[in-house]
Amino acid sequence: MNSLFPRWLNRIMLAVIALLALTGLAQMPIFKRYYIADIPGFGWLAAFYTTHKIHYIAATVFLVLIFWMATVYLLNYRKTWRPTVMGRLRLAILALIVITGILRTLKNLPDHGFSPITIMAVDWIHLAAAMLLGITAILARVGPWHRNGVYATRH
Amino acid sequence: MTDNERRGVSRRGFLKRVAAGSAAMLLPGTVSASQQGSELATLHDLSKCIGCGECVSACAEQNEAKYPEPQKPFPKMYPDRVKVSDWSDRRDVEERLTPYNWLTIQGVAVDWQGQSHEIYIPRRCMHCQNPPCANLCPWGACARENNGVVRINAGICLGGSKCKSVCPWDIPQRQTGVGLYLKLMPGFAGNGVMYKCDRCFERLADGGVPACVSECPEEVQFIGPRQDILVQAHALAKTFAGDADENEFIYGEYENGGTNTIYVSPVPIPLLAQALETGPGNPHMDPVEDMMAQDEFLGMAALAAPVAGVAAGLLTAGAKFIKPGQQDKEVPHE
Repeated sequence: MNSLFPRWLNRIMLAVIALLALTGLAQMPIFKRYYIADIPGFGWLAAFYTTHKIHYIAATVFLVLIFWMATVYLLNYRKTWRPTVMGRLRLAILALIVITGILRTLKNLPDHGFSPITIMAVDWIHLAAAMLLGITAILARVGPWHRNGVYATRH
Repeated sequence: MTDNERRGVSRRGFLKRVAAGSAAMLLPGTVSASQQGSELATLHDLSKCIGCGECVSACAEQNEAKYPEPQKPFPKMYPDRVKVSDWSDRRDVEERLTPYNWLTIQGVAVDWQGQSHEIYIPRRCMHCQNPPCANLCPWGACARENNGVVRINAGICLGGSKCKSVCPWDIPQRQTGVGLYLKLMPGFAGNGVMYKCDRCFERLADGGVPACVSECPEEVQFIGPRQDILVQAHALAKTFAGDADENEFIYGEYENGGTNTIYVSPVPIPLLAQALETGPGNPHMDPVEDMMAQDEFLGMAALAAPVAGVAAGLLTAGAKFIKPGQQDKEVPHE
C-alpha cells in the first residue's frame, strides 16, 4: 500500500507515539504497583519526573513532525490524497490529544492557571483520547475497512 | 469534656476569635487581591510561636467535615504489595500530618550566638507557586488556583499517592476505603484519597482567612498578597539577622521555585533543618531546588514545536514552487 510520507518517517512517528503512550501511561502509578518497574531496565518507568521529561521531549518531536506533515499535506497533497474513514477518525482523535496536551503543558507553566474543573476535563479527555487512539489504531488494521491502517489513499 | 474543650477552645469562642482575628491577620489589600485571583501567601513569624496547638485545633474544627469516613472492610487489593493506609482509628494523632491532621507543629531546641532557642514550626502544605503535585497528577484531581491555593479534589482523587511521591516535603497523606476508586476497580486501581491543607479555600473565597491564621493567639501568621508578604518577611528577617544574610532566616521564598508559605525564623534556617526530627508526616526544612524547572523548559520547547513544524512544512511545500517538477518524484512508498 502506498504511503504519502516516506517509510522512515512513518517508523519514526510510530516509535515516538509508542514512547508517548508508554510515558503517558507511566504518569499513572501503575508500573511499580504491577511489578513492571521491578524488571531490570524498566525501573525508570516508576520515576515520575523522568517519564514526565521524556514525555515532553517525545511530544516536542511528535508536534514538529505532525505539524510539518499536516502543512505539507494541506499545501501539496490535499487534492490527490484523501483520508480514509478510519484515517479521519484517528486524525480527529489525534487533534484532541494535541489540543489537550498543549493545554496541559500551558497549565504546567507557573504563570498560567485554569480552573480545577477545566484541568480535570483536559486530563480526562487527554487520557481517554489516547486510549481511543490505541483502540482505533488496532481496528484500522483488523476491521472491515482494513487497508493496512493507512490514514489516506491516493485518488 | 469534649475534644474541643480539652484543647481549650469552644465552638462559640472559636467563631468569635475567627471574626476578630480575621481582620487583624489580613494585610491591606488581601480581600481584593483574593477576589481578583492574585496570589496570596502566609507569613509565619516563628519567633512568636509558642507551640500551643491552637492552630492545629482550629484546623481540625474547620475541616472536620472534609475528613474521610472510609467504608470498611476495605476492598481486597491486588497485588499484595499494595498496602492499606488507614488513619480512621487514629484521628487524634497530632504529632504528624495524617488524613485527619493537616497541620502539625514541630519543635526544636537550637543554640545560636550563645543563646538557647526553643522554636516551634507549624507545618502544612507549602502551597508551591508551581506545584509538582498539581502539575504531575495524571487525573486532574489536584490543582493550583489563581489565589495560590493548591487543592486536592477529594471527589475524584484515586489515592495513587503520586502527589506525595513528587512533593519535596511528602505532604499529602492517604486514607484507604474512601473516594471514587471504590466505584471503579477498587481491587486493581487506586487506593483511597489523598488529603492535605487546602488553606481553607472556602473562607478565602468569602473574604476570610484560614482558621490557623485567625485562631492563633500569638499572631504568628499573616496572610496577604505575596509581594507584600515578602517585603514584610525580609523586614522581619533583617531584625533577626543583624549583620548576617537575612535570606538565611527565610524559608519558602525560593524553595521549589517559590512557595506561598514563608517562614521567618529568629535563628538561621539551616540550624532548624539540622535539628528537626523528620520522617513520615514530619517534613524537613532543607533547601529544595525547583523540581519543575527542567520540565518548564521542556514544556516551552513543546509549545514552540507546532510553530517549528508549520515553518518546516511551509519550506518543504514551497520547494515545489522553487523547483517545479521536483515534487513529482515520489518518495519511497511503504
